Amino acid sequence: MIEHSLHSLSQFYPEIVLVLTLCVIIVADLLVKKESNITAYIFLGGMVLTGIFILLQSGRIDSVFYNMIAVDPFAVFFKALIVLTGIFIVFFSLQSRELEEYKSRIGEYYMLLSGMVVGMMLMVSSTNLLLMYLAFELTSISSYVLVGFTKETPVSAEASMKYIVYGAVSSGVMLYGISLLIGITGATDMYGINEALNAGINQPVILNLSIVMIVVGLGFKTAVVPFHFWAPDIYQGAPIPIAAILAVASKIAAFGLMVRFFLVTFMDAEILITSGAWEVLSGVHWNMLLAGMAALAMIIGNLTALKQDNIKRMLAYSSIAHAGYILMGLVIVAEEGLASIMIYFCIYLFMNLGAFYVAMLFSNKLKTESIEQYKGLGFRAPLESVGMTIFLVSLTGIPPTGGFIAKLYIFSAGVSAGWIWLVAIAGLTTIISLFYYMRVVRNMFFYKPVGEETAISFDMGAKIFLFVLLIPTLLLGIYFEPILSFAKDSVLMFGM
Amino acid sequence: MELQILGIGILTWLVFLPIVGMIIVLLLPDKNRNAIRWTAVIATGLQVVLAGIIFALFDRSLVGINEADSFQFVEQFSWITVESVPWVGRIEISYFLGIDGLSVLMVILTSLIGLIGVISSWNIEKMVKGYFALYLLLVTGMMGVFVSLDFFLFFIFWEVILLPMYFLIGIWGGPRKEYAAIKFFIYTFVGGILMLITMLALYFSVAYTDPATGQSVHTFNILHMMNPDNFVEGGLLSGVDTTWRYVAWMALFINFAIKIPLFPFHTWLPDAHVEAPTPISVILAGVLLKLGTYGLLRINFPIFPDATIYFVYFMAVLGMISIIYGALCAMAQDDFKKLIAYSSISHMGIVVLGIAALNTQGMVGGVLQMFNHGIITAVLFLAVGVLYDRTHTRGLNDFGGIANQMPKYTGIAMVGMFAALGLPGLNGFVSELFSFLGAFQAYKWITMIAVTGIIITAGYILWTVQRIFLGKTPDNRKDLKDLTPREIIAFAPLIVLIILLGIYPSPVIELMNTSLSHLVEFMTKGGF
Repeated sequence: MIEHSLHSLSQFYPEIVLVLTLCVIIVADLLVKKESNITAYIFLGGMVLTGIFILLQSGRIDSVFYNMIAVDPFAVFFKALIVLTGIFIVFFSLQSRELEEYKSRIGEYYMLLSGMVVGMMLMVSSTNLLLMYLAFELTSISSYVLVGFTKETPVSAEASMKYIVYGAVSSGVMLYGISLLIGITGATDMYGINEALNAGINQPVILNLSIVMIVVGLGFKTAVVPFHFWAPDIYQGAPIPIAAILAVASKIAAFGLMVRFFLVTFMDAEILITSGAWEVLSGVHWNMLLAGMAALAMIIGNLTALKQDNIKRMLAYSSIAHAGYILMGLVIVAEEGLASIMIYFCIYLFMNLGAFYVAMLFSNKLKTESIEQYKGLGFRAPLESVGMTIFLVSLTGIPPTGGFIAKLYIFSAGVSAGWIWLVAIAGLTTIISLFYYMRVVRNMFFYKPVGEETAISFDMGAKIFLFVLLIPTLLLGIYFEPILSFAKDSVLMFGM
Repeated sequence: MELQILGIGILTWLVFLPIVGMIIVLLLPDKNRNAIRWTAVIATGLQVVLAGIIFALFDRSLVGINEADSFQFVEQFSWITVESVPWVGRIEISYFLGIDGLSVLMVILTSLIGLIGVISSWNIEKMVKGYFALYLLLVTGMMGVFVSLDFFLFFIFWEVILLPMYFLIGIWGGPRKEYAAIKFFIYTFVGGILMLITMLALYFSVAYTDPATGQSVHTFNILHMMNPDNFVEGGLLSGVDTTWRYVAWMALFINFAIKIPLFPFHTWLPDAHVEAPTPISVILAGVLLKLGTYGLLRINFPIFPDATIYFVYFMAVLGMISIIYGALCAMAQDDFKKLIAYSSISHMGIVVLGIAALNTQGMVGGVLQMFNHGIITAVLFLAVGVLYDRTHTRGLNDFGGIANQMPKYTGIAMVGMFAALGLPGLNGFVSELFSFLGAFQAYKWITMIAVTGIIITAGYILWTVQRIFLGKTPDNRKDLKDLTPREIIAFAPLIVLIILLGIYPSPVIELMNTSLSHLVEFMTKGGF
């Protein structure tokens, strides 16, 4: 008993470090002067340390705290991505004009951010439905507050309110689904549920109902159609660093959870493939349902993005569309889909954060987020505009950028699994996406500046950080072998 | 045949010299415009030198097409290899360059037009640095397509062309540049997506057995895709004459037809040409359109011989429509540049008709026409540029009697015009003759209708000559200056080639004859 706990604790260092960071931030916030950035650096240090502990876990396969948490390459991969995003977000926050006005409360901000990251890390590694739900809520509640952090701006407060209402309803529905599932299988951990399902449970209606309810909760977090309505308003209202973390890390965590839940719970124990186990849920063609959701997300996300003028709103719809592409990987439940999801996230992290970052730099200086106001920026801030162009081109998926490789793998997984119609929709919607990404580029370069024509200068730090995001985006388009092998080694999931 | 300079293969130099130039251009200070221009001249000039070396050393007796051993100047390195991912076996993407009789001519054309484009860009004054950086990137993309033998690499280079072209039209273009730029982008991007999906389907259908390890390896190697034995059992595109093979052929065909541009995919071209600055029009008509027909010959024909034979009649008909429709549209234009844009559609139709004949004459005529059309339209667009620089108008009715004021210009432009018309003794005649000769053997009626396009061509060319060079000079066009030395330098090599190849085309025909005969033989056997 004690030994197991001690062993479990030794596998839990990353999370422990982060929780300690959280506590230190609270204390530091009380002791030091309000206007300093000390809490940001504490958070940064904590995150880096966490990252190191996560990397030390690589290759390990274990289950700790009595089947509560899995330590496997799959979890390590996703945790590493989440922490990396967190580290980048610190640099975002340090430069954000919006947060500057709330300097005296900045300790709270980083405290909540650490809570959110812990929640997301637990989401991707939990194998117990109760812990899964708790992690889900930890993430959600922290992010409700963070979205409304700039509370004196009405849109921010409104966004936070909307987010709470949507979030509360969908997590309530999900909790109901979880309780149904636990009720009919009599187990709370995924392996137990899996065993019970394989043994044969003659309750197809309740089972299907519970899965639909769980999908509602997960769909809310990943912002796929038809659970996407919150995303544009929340992204627009939230401070840009928070919009960025919601678009990237939160999505990564929710997909990690989703993949694990579906694969482990519905896997056929005998032959270790997923297709057989789906048949337990007779009556509903689950692959088709997910494929439909993916197709809808791609179509609606891309079409709606066409009309947006606010850059954050446009990126919100674009991230809905990207959720659709990623969901395509989940439809192809086998390993090929898994690896392509991982590659996608790896690249998506850099290019999407990059787009948000340049949007933030422009918003700092221009005090506007309207794409129409970007006219002539290519001549006023050439480096940043070229950077933005590369990020947007990458989001479209044109070689030689990383985004192309991401799309290539998702598409090729689709083609090899025979989902030609889904790939065709993905291809068509990619063409649609060209319009709205290129609209930004067109405004920056093809028009004369409106109003002011003076050059906008950014400090050295901003430029360096731009390159930190830019270089991987370009490099991964030409040389992607490392992430390919990294993803290949990480598809291993404990219990599979 | 291998040739290395400083330990790096000649084709790599050829492809990446412009990138080196681009990096130097980006490092140079913004104000030093002449240094930027000269860097571009040196980069593209060295390309011409390398192309000359290739022309001299190229072994005319080797076939290429589907035989890896008989490609020349081959460079092959493993680029991305991932050992045994469970779901696809070994992944292999290689850096595989090589040329044969089909591509050698295009390589020479690209380097030549690339240099001439730089010379004619001399008077671009807006954001010189950005212009030449993008221009050089564009040249790399085009050259890369012509020398890659790996589908993945081919695709990357193909798409690399898109962005520079988009910006070159969109920033340095005319009044409706935004519209023209996005239209070009979307048309070609649609084609690109179709090609991407087909490429992936091919990838999963083709696997060769690695002789060293006995592993089955999925590959993007185009030559492996041509061998029917390499198609895996039950692959999507395996078998002969299956529906999926037809669909795949069609997807690739649409992609290439957009680039050519073949009726009904041609509507982006007039817009792009009219709005693009002169040098970019030269590149667009001189090289970019050839990517389409080259793609058909390199990918569609040898990988899908069965589908090609099934659809070849359809291709010939589209070629015929393009010839007549392009010529008729040209007749109706009163904008000089738009007229030449439509004449391009008409002339590229001849290429398609020629290669659709699937016999040696037609094929040789078609490929020669690609080369000749590249040179002739370059002359014509440069000629438009000369007038536009001086008067800022391109309306055919705004001019008249130019022959008296600009005699040198008139002489040069006339050579180009008459070559486009197909006057015997100039290069256009030779290739058109061969194309129609080949096509006549295969499709009597289609060819007979298509040939009437030549009459319409004669009509609009002569009418244009009349409107611009002859007649009375309008009062406001009295003081036009004749060609500057820089302009003459840009025209000279092209005019020499037009006359030389009109009288003595065999050096060029020899280059490609062996390869194209082999391609025809390979095709008529159905690839088996």
